[in-house]
Amino acid sequence: MANKNNEVLKQPLWINNPVVVQILGICSALAVTAKLEPAIVMGLSVTIIVALSNVIISLLRNTIPNRIRIIVQLVVVAALVTIVSEILKAFAYDVSVQLSVYIGLIITNCILMGRLEAFAMQNKPWDSFLDGIGNGLGYAAILVIVAIVRELLGNGTLLGFKIIPQWCYEHGYMNNGLMLMPPMALILVGCVIWVHRSKNKDLQEK
Amino acid sequence: MEHFFDLLVRSIFVDNMIFAFFLGMCSFLAVSKNVKTALGLGVAVIFVQLITLPVNYLLQTKVLDPLGLGFLSFILFIAVIAGIVQLVEMIVERFSPSLYNSLGIFLPLIAVNCAIMGGSLFMQQRIGMEPSNSQAIACFGDSIAFALGSGIGWALAIVCLAAVREKLEYSDVPKPLKGIGITFITVGLMAMAFMCFSGLSI
Repeated sequence: MANKNNEVLKQPLWINNPVVVQILGICSALAVTAKLEPAIVMGLSVTIIVALSNVIISLLRNTIPNRIRIIVQLVVVAALVTIVSEILKAFAYDVSVQLSVYIGLIITNCILMGRLEAFAMQNKPWDSFLDGIGNGLGYAAILVIVAIVRELLGNGTLLGFKIIPQWCYEHGYMNNGLMLMPPMALILVGCVIWVHRSKNKDLQEK
Repeated sequence: MEHFFDLLVRSIFVDNMIFAFFLGMCSFLAVSKNVKTALGLGVAVIFVQLITLPVNYLLQTKVLDPLGLGFLSFILFIAVIAGIVQLVEMIVERFSPSLYNSLGIFLPLIAVNCAIMGGSLFMQQRIGMEPSNSQAIACFGDSIAFALGSGIGWALAIVCLAAVREKLEYSDVPKPLKGIGITFITVGLMAMAFMCFSGLSI
């Protein structure tokens, strides 16, 4: 039993990562990664929402009529997202402004609907909770990797602290402004997929 | 009227849903293997965007704002989108079976397309902007311009990507990059090309 729980938690972190393997939840993964701080907040918010909505749907799984399950799932998710969004507005206003519409877009994040449909509808609350945490963290991990590269190369900082020392700039090192632009997020995720697939040969296409 | 066209052109090229905001990525990547289906999905998105966004605009300005219920907007918007998608599907099936056959499979997908939800959320943000700002949505007409522009921008992007991917079939890509990896990098390069439009104004 303990082994199975471990599996449920660890699978989505690398082997079955929701972003680079299942290609879910790309929209927000790309948009919030120009800086590390919003990426971490976004990753945590998604983890919490996936875990809680998985638990709620899993508790309700035997009472939800099959025909209207999508609407029920959407309402549960939308309610949780509203709560998280209001909490962020109250306690971390700056980050919530930076994340702008992408917090609201967690509702249409495919990771959520995917996990609810594929896992929470068939499994017990505790397993679903672990599955939600695992998938949320798998998503957060990719966000953090991309955000570290972009903020470090684009701004020379991490979480707002200067990392690249001054003497580098004096010897002609320059920040790469393109890293902060939208196109580089796509190219970096492409590179992460490249590395991931060259390590996991069975995922390669044809 | 000038603002209408400015907003329209801006939301097609500069604030492109895909290349500037990454909205609707999931179906963008999944349904761009050939131009014909891409075009079908693109038209369906324009269609749904054009109906849901003005409806959500009216709800936001006439119902939620006067009652001070702004925090309910997420639930209301997603309910409106899901409801309208269902309704559109039934109407199209009843009155134009041929259109239904070509759009049919895509319509349910659109309910969870972030480009639609994102369009409504951006609209909500832009209501309060200064009228001089070219992104501002100040009246009902503006919300139609934004809906049309963001829909066309999305359709343009998916058709372009599908055309590139059709050619890409014949090229020699490193093994681990095959399929989705090279698609990401292609979209990145296309986004770079679209950056040339920034600063465009009428």
